[in-house]
Amino acid sequence: MAVIRSIARRELRSYFATPLAYVFIVIFLALTGLFTFYLGGFYERGQADLAPFFNFHPWLYLFLVPAIAMRLWAEERKSGSVELLMTLPVTLWQAVLAKFLAAWLFIAVALALTFPIWLTVNYLGEPDNGVIVAAYIGSLLMAGGFLAIGSCISAANRNQVVAFIITVVICFIFMLAGFPLVLDFFSGWLPGPLLDAVASLSFLTHFTAISKGVLDVRDVLYFLLVIGVWLVATTIVLDLRKAD
Amino acid sequence: MITADGLVKTFGSRTAVDGISFRVEPGEVLGFLGPNGAGKTTTMRMLAGFVPPTAGRAEICGFDIGEQPVAAKQKLGYLPEGAPSYGEMTPGDFLAFIGQVRGLSGDDFNRRLGDVVERLQLGGVLQQPIETLSKGFRRRVGLAQAILHDPPVLILDEPTDGLDPNQKHEVRELIQTMAPGKVIVISTHILEEVDAVCTRAIIIANGRIVADEEPATLIHRSRYHNAVTVRLERTADLPAVAADLRAIPGVREAEVDEHEFSVTAFPRDGASLLTTISSLATERRWPLEQLRLEAGRLDEVFRNITTGATGAT
Repeated sequence: MAVIRSIARRELRSYFATPLAYVFIVIFLALTGLFTFYLGGFYERGQADLAPFFNFHPWLYLFLVPAIAMRLWAEERKSGSVELLMTLPVTLWQAVLAKFLAAWLFIAVALALTFPIWLTVNYLGEPDNGVIVAAYIGSLLMAGGFLAIGSCISAANRNQVVAFIITVVICFIFMLAGFPLVLDFFSGWLPGPLLDAVASLSFLTHFTAISKGVLDVRDVLYFLLVIGVWLVATTIVLDLRKAD
Repeated sequence: MITADGLVKTFGSRTAVDGISFRVEPGEVLGFLGPNGAGKTTTMRMLAGFVPPTAGRAEICGFDIGEQPVAAKQKLGYLPEGAPSYGEMTPGDFLAFIGQVRGLSGDDFNRRLGDVVERLQLGGVLQQPIETLSKGFRRRVGLAQAILHDPPVLILDEPTDGLDPNQKHEVRELIQTMAPGKVIVISTHILEEVDAVCTRAIIIANGRIVADEEPATLIHRSRYHNAVTVRLERTADLPAVAADLRAIPGVREAEVDEHEFSVTAFPRDGASLLTTISSLATERRWPLEQLRLEAGRLDEVFRNITTGATGAT
């Protein structure tokens, strides 16, 4: 546990040692604001809730989370520091988990910095703060899902740009798994139950459910499971490819 | 103690390491020599647990690197090839991180940090990002990381690469002062280094061990071993001197070096030539500049052994 904390702390500090952290946070905050007020019609709707804010999170994450995730392992492999890390008395899963947690915590910080919008909506009206808390949790869980996918793809690629693009595509498929765009591709040849299974993988469906204020255990479990599975995949991929 | 037992590593159809076995005991400094691409780095990576071997096994202090990797790695200090580290960190932060992961804390850590900073003279750069440091400093940060926890086993892949002659000398001294009681394996392609710090040398070529001897024994394999070189003033008649030398019964061959203006006489069956040649020089009144007994040339041995193994010229 101490080892995980040490690696995660080192990782988190490295974000702030470069412009990465600041650029990410500024852009994240600017875009959430932009989407909420202009595209979401925060004022025009005349409702005291944060739906226009949270509705755009999946789309923002689709591009911003892979940008964080792409460097997780690709950079270590390219610079050779992965050899250093892997020859310290650290197990593979400790390293994978520590780096994932650092990135997730970083996104949580960025997300927490959106608090002015929560203050605004409370100032303007009387929103259901329970729903807002649930939506924040759902948003963070979804970000974790995207991040875990990105972690695995980053481990498989030495090139960060390639890792970014592949991650965006896979995240896009996972996000819209329940929608015709993705389902039509499978519906011709996949049997019904499997098609339902694909549909149930949709990030968007689970996130929408949570963001409406229904913090169902199944939705939470779904995201935790996605994170777990992709992190296990990261470990396997790293074990095979770390020295290539 | 390090034990390597039949280590094999193949990458696709290419065999990088082809059955390497050896044992290194405490107090030994093993020099790993070989041409580039011979399998030195791959072997070291397998010993350090970074690359899993295709076949065979390795032990660090009795812990199997594949089965008890964490226990084995706790006993090990490892400098990877090229001394990678985290460029955006300062050496101070970097070493603190290594200390944390290695379970050093408080006074223990401060004492060890003070020790390695002094030994590697990092005091002046502790607060500069590693990526802004010179190659020599980066290498020393890598070395500091490897010895921070005072491990019983050290594996250093090209520890002096990129250092200037003074720094090379310091690192060799560092290795020598640490050597008693420790197992040290270094890889290098600088042959003088083997002579300077190693108690034993393993030469590998094409993934196999082609020589495993003390550097002194290795040097005896050189045809220059016990040869005598006669360097003369520019006025001398080199061919005549060479002919005189060839006439000595113990001389197998005499070679003329026009550039140095010298003749080297090679002994037959390890015969001792120095006194004979010395009296001959006085008798014939050769305009001597220097008369020297050759110890042997490690680079020549290296070339013979490694190219002999590949079948190349």
